[in-house]
Amino acid sequence: MFARVAASALVIVTLAVFDGAAAQTANQPPDTMAARVEACTPCHGNKGEGTSDVYFPRLAGKPAGYLYNQLLAFRSGRRKYPPMNYLLEFLPDPYLESMAEHFAGEHPPLPQPAPSEVSKDVLAQGELLATSGDAGRNIPACVSCHGPGLTGMQPGIPGLLGLRAAYISAQLGAWRYGTRTAKSPDCMQLVAGHLTEADVTAVAAWLATRPAPTNPAPVPKGTYALPFGCGSQPN
Amino acid sequence: MGSKLSITLLALAALTTVAQAQDKSSDIIARGEYLARAGDCTACHTAPEGRLFAGGRAMPTPFGTLYTSNITPDPETGIGRWSADDFYKTMHSGRFPDGGLIYPAMPFASYTKVTRADSDAIFAYLRSIPPVDQKNRPHDLRFPYDNRQLILGWRTLYFREGEFKPDPTKSAEWNRGAYLVEGLGHCSMCHSPINALGGTSKSDAFKGGLIPMQNWYAPSLTSNREAGLGDWSIKDITDLLQTGVSARGVVYGPMAEVVHNSLQYLSDEDTRAMAVYLKGISEPSPPPPASSALPTTESSLLISLGKTVYDKNCASCHGTQGEGKPPHWPPLANNQSIEMESAVNPIRMVLNGGYPPGTKGNPMPYGMPPFAGLLSDNEVAAVVSYIRTAWGNRGTPVSAREANELRSAPLN
Repeated sequence: MFARVAASALVIVTLAVFDGAAAQTANQPPDTMAARVEACTPCHGNKGEGTSDVYFPRLAGKPAGYLYNQLLAFRSGRRKYPPMNYLLEFLPDPYLESMAEHFAGEHPPLPQPAPSEVSKDVLAQGELLATSGDAGRNIPACVSCHGPGLTGMQPGIPGLLGLRAAYISAQLGAWRYGTRTAKSPDCMQLVAGHLTEADVTAVAAWLATRPAPTNPAPVPKGTYALPFGCGSQPN
Repeated sequence: MGSKLSITLLALAALTTVAQAQDKSSDIIARGEYLARAGDCTACHTAPEGRLFAGGRAMPTPFGTLYTSNITPDPETGIGRWSADDFYKTMHSGRFPDGGLIYPAMPFASYTKVTRADSDAIFAYLRSIPPVDQKNRPHDLRFPYDNRQLILGWRTLYFREGEFKPDPTKSAEWNRGAYLVEGLGHCSMCHSPINALGGTSKSDAFKGGLIPMQNWYAPSLTSNREAGLGDWSIKDITDLLQTGVSARGVVYGPMAEVVHNSLQYLSDEDTRAMAVYLKGISEPSPPPPASSALPTTESSLLISLGKTVYDKNCASCHGTQGEGKPPHWPPLANNQSIEMESAVNPIRMVLNGGYPPGTKGNPMPYGMPPFAGLLSDNEVAAVVSYIRTAWGNRGTPVSAREANELRSAPLN
């Protein structure tokens, strides 16, 4: 008799403890990065795949070091976009690093390239600049830093695939006008400073037409040597 | 032998004294650093990506842009040639050591309450940081505000010089809280209505107000219909101040900055003292106005659309009954910042979302998504009207025009 009472008491206590734990979990948001970065998703998509807005970039699968550099630059106001500057202003470095790793680790499929709105001649000019550059005007090929497959290199050089022409062109414009800057030596500012508006349109349009490669992952650090110094990718 | 021993003893004694003096001065410096945090000096005197306390941060005001000054110990461009007297007088009287008037964007109307000992500790700390050679940038104020003599008028109206006087009828804890809130904390700089002259009148202290240039509403700290903490538990208040999140609500916007740079570093005792004082100054408030500026038919249409928008976009985190999952997903039911007369903050939160500050107590805060790109003005007004009136909340509906106007509010 005593044993039975004790046993039931034990069951009741156990149930109460179990219920308490369950209630606590149910009353808290999931303890995951995905839940913590929901503020990013209206503009960048649930897995960082991008949204229908052509000015908001895909984040998924970019090198974590690149994403982290951008988060730091938005937080300090060096890279200017008030909605981003505002969101990140009071977040600590390790958290921004975790956010960068979270989106670097997401691999939703790359979108189908959209049909281009520019002429074949313009696309050909874009392809020429992206793949061979223009030595006479001091313009290196995109592939010389962003990789032969344009998938970027760990840890700091982003891939250029899966982005829309409007976004690429807006960023190149920002580099040219100095509203987007990066750690010195600011290689992209140097490159963009040599581009004309027509160059920007052409190269942005061509990049946006590129199909997804079999392996979209950025290549490991040191896979190839950069043609010049880059503050975002220290050797 | 005897003299040798005594010399050694003497040397030992001298060493001990030096060590003790060093201990004492490093104690003072540490206390000064703590107090400089309590005063949030860095918020203004350190520029983004700038060196600590080298100034140069642009402070937009309704009168033009002020640039903060270099308070590192650099002798040419900082305060390296100042004495502790100079520093105290500046904090206390709002005048430079040469007698020049300081613009009241520097909260000397609050810092005047700081004791001499605390001022000396802050000064000792500022002497200990690396000097930075960086010239102060001249202010860029419009006529007639570029004339510093105008500050005399402001001072006559709004400045009362004098250290904090404890209230003997209150507890030591209450008085410590009052000293921090009214003095170094300079809470009244935002939580008071700012009139056209850029001043805070004593009778309006802590009564809330729209922060100029930022377009965030700093709620009243005395009215329980706003951010008055009369019916908050001490734990909820200290949680909010120390970690940025609490069971009752979460800080965003300018208050996130205060928690991030300043309040999270305060000791448990000081935070508790501030909570006790803040809870103590709240006053019973008159019942809310029952009517809204909007016609009833428009309100009921808005609120019914608002429920649709809410169920689709908000309920998954904030709950169908506005209960949230506190502290990370704040409750909206019985949340003063949702219900209060000014709807500026809830509208801004829907438009721009936000992250509470990352703090020691909450290093990876959950964020609210921005809905500016997803919802029309009408939908924003509808969902804000809904949360202000549902679940027993006693706020009033807002119009699409109010929502639209805040789309262009500055974000930083």
